[in-house]
Amino acid sequence: MSSATGVAQSQQSQPVPAAEAPPAGTGTSGAGGSATEVAPRVAKDYSSYRVVAAKHPWRWVGTAVVALGVLAVAWSLATNPRWEWGVVAQWFTAQSVVNGLVETLKLTAISGVLGFVLGFILALMRLSASPLLVSVSWTFSWIFRSTPLLVQMLLWYNLGYLYEKISLGIPFTDVRFFEVQTTTLISQFAAAVLGLTLNQAAYSAEIIRGGILSVDQGQLEAAAALGIPAWRRSTRIVLPQAMRAILPTAFNEIIGLVKGTSIVYVLAYSELFYTVQVIYNRTQQVLPLLLVATLWYIVITSVLSVFQYYIERHYSKGAVRNLPLTPLQKARKFFATHAAVPNRRNS
Amino acid sequence: MTDTLTAPTATRGLVEITGVRKSFGPTEVLKGVSLTVEPGGVAVIVGPSGSGKSTLLRTINHLEKVDGGHITIDGQLVGYKLRGDRLHELREKEILKQRTDIGMVFQNFNLFPHLTALENVAEAPVVAQGRSKEDARRRGLELLDRVGLKDRAGAYPRQLSGGQQQRVAIARALALDPKILLFDEPTSALDPELVNEVLDVIRELATSGTTLIIVTHEMGFARDVADTVVFMDQGQIVEQGTPKEIFSNPQEPRTRSFFSKVLEPAFNI
Ligand SMILES: Nc1ncnc2c1ncn2[C@@H]1O[C@H](COP(=O)(O)OP(=O)(O)OP(=O)(O)O)[C@@H](O)[C@H]1O
Ligand SMILES: [Mg+2]
Repeated sequence: MSSATGVAQSQQSQPVPAAEAPPAGTGTSGAGGSATEVAPRVAKDYSSYRVVAAKHPWRWVGTAVVALGVLAVAWSLATNPRWEWGVVAQWFTAQSVVNGLVETLKLTAISGVLGFVLGFILALMRLSASPLLVSVSWTFSWIFRSTPLLVQMLLWYNLGYLYEKISLGIPFTDVRFFEVQTTTLISQFAAAVLGLTLNQAAYSAEIIRGGILSVDQGQLEAAAALGIPAWRRSTRIVLPQAMRAILPTAFNEIIGLVKGTSIVYVLAYSELFYTVQVIYNRTQQVLPLLLVATLWYIVITSVLSVFQYYIERHYSKGAVRNLPLTPLQKARKFFATHAAVPNRRNS
Repeated sequence: MTDTLTAPTATRGLVEITGVRKSFGPTEVLKGVSLTVEPGGVAVIVGPSGSGKSTLLRTINHLEKVDGGHITIDGQLVGYKLRGDRLHELREKEILKQRTDIGMVFQNFNLFPHLTALENVAEAPVVAQGRSKEDARRRGLELLDRVGLKDRAGAYPRQLSGGQQQRVAIARALALDPKILLFDEPTSALDPELVNEVLDVIRELATSGTTLIIVTHEMGFARDVADTVVFMDQGQIVEQGTPKEIFSNPQEPRTRSFFSKVLEPAFNI
C-alpha cells in the first residue's frame, strides 16, 4: 500500500477547508473546458493538511518475528536451571573477580595506549623517505606478526634465562649507567605488558598506515602550498581524516585486546579469565563462572562500542553531508512525532 | 644571479622564469621555459592537454623541483639560495615561508573536508604566519564576504556547491596576502552554470594588483582578463602576446591549429 493513496483517501474523507477548487468552466481562457474536467484549475493550497507518514507493514511484521525469537532465547536462558544464575550472581561481583577485572582493564589500557603510540611511530617510519627507517619498521611488523603471542609472552618472561642482566650504557664500551637483574625487571606484569604492547604495535602500525594512505594526496599538497608546517600537516590535516578509516579497525583491535589479555594466563597472571579458571577449578562450577567472565567481557565491549560510536561520529564531521542523529536524538525525535500526533488530533 | 636584490615595494609580485627544465623519468615535460610576468600582471596559459601547464605552475611554488633553469619572485630565487657559486636547496621551513607569498588554487579545490569554510581560510595565517586566531578569523570572514560567502562561513565543504567550494579555496589562498596567485584550471571541475561565479571573483582579483598566473580552457575569460596570453605545447612556450595578438592573429601554425579547434567560430572574429 503506497503512501500516496493513503493521503488521498484521508483527504477525501475530511471536509475540505478553504481553498476548494472553483466550479468547472471558469478556467483560464483558451484552455478548452471539456478536456480539463478532472483537473482543478486553480493551484490547490495543501498547507492546511496533515502529513501522514508512509506505513511500513512488513517492517512491523519483521520486527514482531525477531522480537518473538529474542524473547524465546531470553526465556530459555532465564528458566533453564543449568545456567545456575544464582551462582553467577554470587560470583559476579566477588572481590577476586573484580580484582581480576581491574587487572584486565589495566592490561588493556596500558598495552592498548602504548601499542597504538608505538604503532603510530612505526607507521610514520614506514611512510618516511629513509630506507633504514622503512626497513626497521617493516621488520618489526614482520617479526611480531609472524610469532604466536603465546611464544612472545613466554620469551619475555624467560628473558632472564637468555640475558641474565640488562644494562644501559654506551654500546661496544664498558661504560654502564645502569644495570639490573633481568628477573627483577621482568615481572609477570612487565612481561604481559611488553608482549601485548609490542604485538599490538605491530598490528596498529598497519592500521594507522592504511588510514594515512587513504587520505587524498591533494590534501597534503594544498597544505604544503599554504605553507603549513609538516607536523601540523600531519596532525591537523591528515590524521583527522585518516581517523575515519582507522577508528573502526582500531576499536576491533582494542576489543580483541580486552579478550586477548586472557592469554596472559600462561604467566599465571591473575586477570579476569585466569581468576575465573582458578575459582571453577576449586568449586567445579565451570559453566556459571565462564558466564561471569563472559558477562564482564560483554559489559566492557558494550561500553567500548558506545565510545566508538561517538568518537567515529566526531571524526565524521564534514565527511558526511549531514551528521546522522545519535540514538538519543533519534529517540527524542521518535517520541516527539509519535507522542505528539494524538494530542494534535484531539485538539 | 639576482638574489641579492631586495625588491622595492613597487615591484611586488614580479615573476621571472628562466630556462626551466623538468623531466619525469625519461620524458621531458618542460623543455626550457622562459616567461616574465610583471607585478600585478595577469598571465593566462593555454595549450593542449599534457603540454606541461600544470607542471610549470607547480614549479613556481616549488611543489615540483626543477631540473634546470631557475625561477625568481621579486628577484628572490624560489627553492634555492645562492651561496658563493653554489645553489643550496632551501630547507623545508624556508620553502614553506616562500610559499606563503604564492597562493595556489587547484582544479579540484582541495579544501580540507573536515574543517568549515572559515576554518579552511583561517588555518594557514595562524600556523604559517603566526597571526592571532582572532585576527585570522576576522580576516577570514572579510575574505569570505569578498567572495560572496560570508553567510556560509560555518558550512563544511561537502555542504557547498562546487562553485562555492572554489570560491572558498580562493579566499583561502588570499588569506596569506600572497604576491602571486596561481590558478590551475579553477573552473574545469565545475558545471557550466557555476563557472561564472568563480570567474567573476578572479576578474575582480585581476584589478587588485596581485600577480595572477592562470591556466584555463575558458578562452572568452582569457581574452577578457589577460595582459599576456601564453600558448604552450609539448613543454615549450610556442607563442605569447596580448590576447588580441594571440587570439586574432596567431603567428605560429601550432597556435593557429589549436585555436581553430578550441574557439567557436563566432568568437574568432
Ligand atoms: N608526477 C608525474 N610523473 C610522471 N609524469 C608526469 C607527472 N606529472 C605530469 N606528468 C606528465 O607530464 C606531462 C605534462 O603534464 P601536465 O599536468 O603539466 O599537463 P597539462 O598541460 O597541465 O595538461 P592538462 O591540460 O591535461 O591539465 C604529461 O605528459 C604528464 O603525463
Ligand atoms: Mg593540468
